[in-house]
Amino acid sequence: MGSVMRGRAHVYSRAHINTDEIIPARYLNTHDHAELAKHAMEDIDPEFVSRVQPGDFVVAGEDFGCGSSREHAVWALRSAGIQCVIAANYARIFFRNSLNNGFLAVECPGIVDKITSGDEIEVDLEKGTIRNVTRGTEEAFLPLTPFVKEMLAAGGLLPYIARRHGLEYTPAPPVPRLDVKLSQLMPAGR
Amino acid sequence: MARSMTITEKILAAHCGRDSVQPGEIVNVKLDLIVCHEVTTPPAIKMMAQIGVSKVFDPTKIVVTPDHFVPNKDIQTAELTKELHRWVKEQGIERYHQLGDHGICHALVPEQGYILPGMTAVCGDSHTTTLGAFGAFASGIGSTDLAAALATGELWFRVPETLRFNVKGKLPHGVYAKDLILYIISKTGVDGARYCTMEYHGSAITAMSMESRLTICNMAVEAGGKSGIMEADKVTAKYLKKRTTQPYTVFQSDAGAHYKDVYEIDASVLEPMVALPSLPSNGRFIGEVTKIAIDQAYIGSCTNARIEDLREAARIMKNRHVAPGVKAIVVPATSGVWRQALREGLFDIFADAGCVISTATCGACLGGHMGVLGKGEVCISTTNRNFVGRMGHPEAQVYLASPATVAASAIAGRIADPRDYMEKPLPRRGEKEVLVGVAEGDRRPQEDYLWGV
Ligand code: SF4
Repeated sequence: MGSVMRGRAHVYSRAHINTDEIIPARYLNTHDHAELAKHAMEDIDPEFVSRVQPGDFVVAGEDFGCGSSREHAVWALRSAGIQCVIAANYARIFFRNSLNNGFLAVECPGIVDKITSGDEIEVDLEKGTIRNVTRGTEEAFLPLTPFVKEMLAAGGLLPYIARRHGLEYTPAPPVPRLDVKLSQLMPAGR
Repeated sequence: MARSMTITEKILAAHCGRDSVQPGEIVNVKLDLIVCHEVTTPPAIKMMAQIGVSKVFDPTKIVVTPDHFVPNKDIQTAELTKELHRWVKEQGIERYHQLGDHGICHALVPEQGYILPGMTAVCGDSHTTTLGAFGAFASGIGSTDLAAALATGELWFRVPETLRFNVKGKLPHGVYAKDLILYIISKTGVDGARYCTMEYHGSAITAMSMESRLTICNMAVEAGGKSGIMEADKVTAKYLKKRTTQPYTVFQSDAGAHYKDVYEIDASVLEPMVALPSLPSNGRFIGEVTKIAIDQAYIGSCTNARIEDLREAARIMKNRHVAPGVKAIVVPATSGVWRQALREGLFDIFADAGCVISTATCGACLGGHMGVLGKGEVCISTTNRNFVGRMGHPEAQVYLASPATVAASAIAGRIADPRDYMEKPLPRRGEKEVLVGVAEGDRRPQEDYLWGV
């Protein structure tokens, strides 16, 4: 099944983890994704980058990604190998940037109490659930709205507007791939 | 008849070809103004190429200035401004403010008369909310959004719910717009306005100068807001009259408009505020914090480095000296403010007091340059964020306050109450207004503007 993502959790249970913590401003002198990835979460968890495996999840409390509008925060996490963020809720620009990049950010209030760092978890997009494989528990995340699904299915804002305006979209050089096809969220032909 | 709407709903409806919109709807909005700086624009330029667009949708709707790391702080930032420069020339963008004419974008755009009531404006920067002080919808976006905006002139938005703030009363002596917004954020929390717009009304707001209003709307994002907004009035019209001849449309909220929440605030009981590390919502009245010793006092940023801010700081520093061991740094928000401060003799006051003065730049506000903090250092700053690591080392501590409080603290060597450094109530009214950022010969004649809707 293509709609299930599996990986280990990195839990930051505090609320208001801001973009300066996700990627400090001192690294904004570049927008090279691989370079940014080396410094993801550096000020809050210096070991993060050495621990993270491709396909892992960041799990966080409320208002994740507050602060500056830097899309570098999304790029840094994704290029470090994170395939999806699960948080109680998000600051709006972080959520917007995730969506615009076709990067999955799901909302699940109270999730930080259900998952410990290192737990293996499974996110099922079709069922709308987050299963903690290690603990054997399951949570539902807030349903994705039709607009969010449409944007994710398109692969982000650029391919989305390319389609709307009859333009041709050329993807950027590849970043670590999700093992799930977001295009499966939407019926073919949309 | 269309349903009753807030000012924000009206502006969004007018820009998506609809009679009315409702909170929660996703609408595709036509953009009137796109502001670009050197950090988030170069990635957007690359992304435009990814969708095969080589020309921006309309160069006359774009304003460009380098601001975050100017003058270039290292080779990489030099490459960013170089790329920005190349692109501006290639696209034929005329409203381009190069080094010497540059400024922090959210301060430069109002000063130049580029933002007008009723507009929709975006910038790849979260403090774009500042521009809402003119009765415009202005919101921060990321680089992908910016690419889409530059390529197509439109962008998707979720129509925000509105929080209404009725601020009555008069701000007391020594208490400023910054104190008011820190107070408000201490009440809402850093996510109390998440996804919402913060709409301000009341006698305390209408009595404020445009510059003070900008300070309030600047920090909407510190409460999680999508935008901040104030209805344009006589103060707005007077400010714009000297800067532009462009017509504009003034929108106002309907009496029956729906608000998610309404806050009633009495400005007359406020005192100077200080936000403790490491959240802007940690605001306290100054009485609770005056014993904290400081290493640095920073006056700068898009929040509080306009001419009125520098005047307030200078009033306190005049004939005084910064405490031994304290680094005091003054960073005017724009080149126009810088020149005006020089002419008014404010730099003499700062220099004699032992401050250093920089060119306009974001500088240390985001830990870029011009006063980055080391481990354990304590800074009181007129900026808008005191997050962990924001101004430098993650173990540095940042306190946020008004320019007057920062100036008083620089003199005292510890966080200090500015009222202790002011002998008598300051003359707030009738002060000669000086036009910042526009050369004498460039002043444009008045023209009628549209008032109504
Ligand atoms: S001054 Fe600070 S807050 Fe304002 S735009 Fe620059 S970095 Fe952002």
